[in-house]
Amino acid sequence: MVRLIFVSLFLFGSTCHAQQARIVKLADLQQLMSHSDDTLHVINFWATWCGPCIKELPYFEKVAASGVRVTLVSMDLELDPDPKKVYKFIERKGLQSEVVLLDEQDPNTYINKIDQRWSGALPATIIINHSTGQRIFVERSLREGELEQLLSEI
Amino acid sequence: MLAFFAIVLTAANPVTSGYGIGDTVSDFKLKNFDGRMISLSDYKSSKGVILIFDCNTCPYSKAYNDRIIALHKKYGPQGYPVVTINSNDGKQSPGDSFEQMVARAKQKNYDFPYLLDESQEVARAFGATNTPHVFVLRNSGQGFVVSYIGAIDNNSRNGDQASKKYVEDAVNALLEGKNVPTLQTKAVGCGIKWKDA
Repeated sequence: MVRLIFVSLFLFGSTCHAQQARIVKLADLQQLMSHSDDTLHVINFWATWCGPCIKELPYFEKVAASGVRVTLVSMDLELDPDPKKVYKFIERKGLQSEVVLLDEQDPNTYINKIDQRWSGALPATIIINHSTGQRIFVERSLREGELEQLLSEI
Repeated sequence: MLAFFAIVLTAANPVTSGYGIGDTVSDFKLKNFDGRMISLSDYKSSKGVILIFDCNTCPYSKAYNDRIIALHKKYGPQGYPVVTINSNDGKQSPGDSFEQMVARAKQKNYDFPYLLDESQEVARAFGATNTPHVFVLRNSGQGFVVSYIGAIDNNSRNGDQASKKYVEDAVNALLEGKNVPTLQTKAVGCGIKWKDA
């Protein structure tokens, strides 16, 4: 009985706590961006060294908390192959959104495969409506409330 | 609804235009770290210019700093000097203020310009998006023609391990009168810190 309670608490705790960030290849990211059970999907490209990216993270967290699927794609591995800095950052900030770390080395090829409109500059955000296939792309940091505005328009 | 959506899309990105390959660029005049004013037209007797939008704070700029200095060392004597421009808003990014630019240029003994693009007009005219962002300009005799746009190489972590050195390939081709093999590339980097509208 005690064991059952313990396991239940553990499972409950696991689903409430943000999952450990996954390291993904381009194909995984493309898969994630093209298939979703959720209609709306917000994908933000950021890095722990990017000031404007960190400043807008609370807006994504807020939207994620409201039930919209949010994926934060860390580009940290591009410059530093050690993911520990990202894991520590996630823990320190208590990020609840799904975080993935992109592990690819030829940006000139993969940037266009992610979105042709993207120059590669951070931060950048893509909002996808999976049922209509429509995509909004924004290549700058978002202002407060802007994400909700864009979500209502897509 | 569609028109409104179009407005949202175009308003969303600060730079949607800029020079393309083959364009002749307008002259500009900006303040150098040593206080002098430098114009692109000052280089009218050079074969060209390796123009790089750069800054102090971006980790990519830091990672490429030695490579930028090396490009000037190699190509300056061959007629393609480096000119760097900082277009970041110093208010949003104090580490990119003019004083900090002076400190960086002196610390690394810059023997090429590090210009302040205070109004960000030059960055907008070129369509620069992140740092570092290279525009190789060939002097046609009637002006400076954009001949390569993009990244310095394809390995931000380690230049020695880069399998493609885009800027070197471009300048070598121009010096030999050949076609630039790769005209335009993209790279991950820090977005230019645009002033708040």
